[in-house]
Order: sequence, then C-alpha cells, then structure tokens
Amino acid sequence: MKFSEKVISVKKEPLTALESKILQVNLGYICNMSCKHCHVSGGPTQTQSMDSETAERVLRAVVDNPFETLDLTGGAPELNPSFRMLVTEARKAGRNVIARTNLTIFFEKTMEDVGEFYRDQRVELVATLPYYLEDSVDRVRGSGTYKKSIEVLKRLNNLGYGMGSPDLPLSLVYNPQGMFLAPPQNILEIEYKRELHERFGISFTHLYTILNMPVGRFKEFLSRTNNLDKYRERLASAFNPETLDGVMCRHIVNVGWDGRLFDCDFNQALGLTASSDGPQHIDDFDYQALIGRRITVDDHCYGCTAGQGSSCGGAVT
Amino acid sequence: MTEYYKSEDLDKFGDVAKHSPELFKKFIDWYTSALEPGKLTKREKVLIGVGVAHVIQCPYCIDAYTKSCLEEGMSLEHITEAVHVASAIRGGASLIHTLQAHNAVDRNSL
Repeated sequence: MKFSEKVISVKKEPLTALESKILQVNLGYICNMSCKHCHVSGGPTQTQSMDSETAERVLRAVVDNPFETLDLTGGAPELNPSFRMLVTEARKAGRNVIARTNLTIFFEKTMEDVGEFYRDQRVELVATLPYYLEDSVDRVRGSGTYKKSIEVLKRLNNLGYGMGSPDLPLSLVYNPQGMFLAPPQNILEIEYKRELHERFGISFTHLYTILNMPVGRFKEFLSRTNNLDKYRERLASAFNPETLDGVMCRHIVNVGWDGRLFDCDFNQALGLTASSDGPQHIDDFDYQALIGRRITVDDHCYGCTAGQGSSCGGAVT
Repeated sequence: MTEYYKSEDLDKFGDVAKHSPELFKKFIDWYTSALEPGKLTKREKVLIGVGVAHVIQCPYCIDAYTKSCLEEGMSLEHITEAVHVASAIRGGASLIHTLQAHNAVDRNSL
C-alpha cells in the first residue's frame, strides 16, 4: 500500500503541518566524510552549498517569525562560509541553535576553534556516532573515524558539553549499520552511556535513534545488493500509526541549500518540495501560509513511521 | 548459504502450513508467545535464540536471530559471546560423554 493511502486509512485525512517551532536548514552537501548511510550523499567532491544571499534570507526568516530553534545540518554545516554568521546572529536574536556535527570536522583546517565557538555561542550539539564500538562505526563512516570521534567527544566534555549543564547539551545519534530497524531508544541510551563512560569517561545528554531512509547513498547500497524492495517491505510492515503525530515533517520547515522549502531533509534530498499551495522558496517565505500545509509524502516516509518512529530528535513514540 | 538452503526460503515459512494448517497455527502461536517479553526481555530472548541457532546449525535461524540482535542494538561482540556460551555448553555436553567411555572401558576390562 502506498504511504499516502496508509495515512488516509488510519487518519482519514492527509498529513498536514502543525505550527513549526524549528527552521531546519541544510547548508549544503559538502562534507569531509562520505558515510555509507548518508541520505544526501555528502562528501568532499560535492559542490552544493548555500550562498550568502540565501543564508541572509534564512536568517531573516528565523528572526522575523515565531521560530524558537534554528537547526543547521548538511553535509558538514561548519564548512559553509555563512555558518558562523547564521549561528551568531540567530543567537543574538535569542534563538536556540542546533548544529548537527559529524565530530571529525574538528580536525579539518580552520576548524581548530570550532569547539570553543560552539561553547561560547551555547550551541546545542547533535553528533553522529552510529554505535559505541569501533568496528561498527568505521565500517559505516570510514577507517579511523571512531578514534577521531572519541577524541572530539572528550574535548567537548572538557569544554562542558554533555556534563549536565542545560546550556551545553550534547546528544549522540545512533544509526543502524545496515538494513535493519533501530533498537528501543531508551534501552540503547543506557548502554551507550555505560559503555562510553566505562571505556573513555565520556558523558553525553541524550541518544537519538534514527532509521536509515532508502534515500541517497544508503539507497544505492540497497539497490546494489538487491535489497531495496526487501528493506522497503520491512519498513512498511513495521508501520506504527502512533508515530503520525510526532513525525518531524509536521513540526519543522526545511530549507535546502538552494533556498527551496521542504517538509523534511529526506524530501529535500529527493527534490520533493513543500506543497505548491504555499511558498516553495525562501524568497517567498510566509510563516502563516506554511501552517496547515499538506505534507508531501512518498513511500520513503515509511522510514519515519516504522516501529518507535524516527525523526531528527530520535524516536517519536 | 548454499544452494540447498536459500535465503529467500525464510520468507516462505508460511508455506509449511499448506498441508497441516492447524498444526502450523499451533506452532506459530506457541513460537510467538515464547518470544514475547516476559520475565526475560526481548533482548535476552533473541540472544538465547542466536546461541541456539548456532548450536542447532540452522541457517535460517542464524540469519533471523542475527538480524533480531542487530535490531535490539547488539553487535557482533554480543552475538559472538552468546555463540561461545551455547557452543561451550554443546562442547561440554560432548566432553562429559567421555565418562561413558570410561564406564565402557571399565565394563570391558579386567
């Protein structure tokens, strides 16, 4: 059954957006890494990057409207030339800022002070660490990634991140290292905390479990191994109607690197823009017109409604 | 998996019901109930499952329970420990039969 039909069968109406408190912005696909599960196929050879004019419009949108949070993602968002401007100005305007960091970016040239920058700006960090064991992480993200990530997590703890201060939250993101569903978030969080603390003395705030979408580089893997249909069936068979209230598309507005508006970052990777009933580009941004918009869905959306559900903030049930 | 055991056959398990649907239903009900979390968590049950799967050397069960372990947030470290427990018991069960050999030697010796 198509996802749109599934929603109708359960809710008796299509998915629509509620009032958005989060403006999520994808600053581009350029990244120092090429992780196997990346839904935007980010990497060093990508060229898509938000220009400064678009970034200025993003800033106006977040400051002039009732958004509480600016959520910056990529690629590696830190590599965009407007990144620090967006963080600094949004914080000056009293907005919470989330940065989705891959951790290894801290080792890149010109990024030596990025940890201190984050701390000084009181940026909420959401960091990728697909598992707490080296083999599993390096298999997905490349050899040596785990050791670098651990070193950065220690550095962030030394800066005060993840140590209990509400101003300096540090959350980690678990991704399945293949074509299987995520474990219960609350149980895995306990295990992550125990293992990372016992092994390295590392502390963090929350663990978010996020499912792999059949999109981007992960979809290429599924197609190459003849597992695309099987994985899609797995997601569809695990559909949980209780996730429909919490899925992120209903609570955020997503801006792509080129200024187009989307319901989520996966739709953005697929080029599925926000409903044509409302604005579709940051140039035409209209907060009120986006409330109640019909969410653009396709069958990849089963990835957010499987089991405990999956969103930028982890499980939704 | 060899040509004899085909991965896709796991999805056809329901075909077993064709010639004896009532017995198959009883099995599925029992199997499903046994795997439900109870005093043991789902995690503990799938770990038992993966250990048993290796000892009985069922390729379908190994595939299924390995995946279940991954979906419970476990890794090859967990799976390997569980297989060692099950295999050690299997090995011990063989080894303790040495005592039967001792007894047989006694019975057949002066």
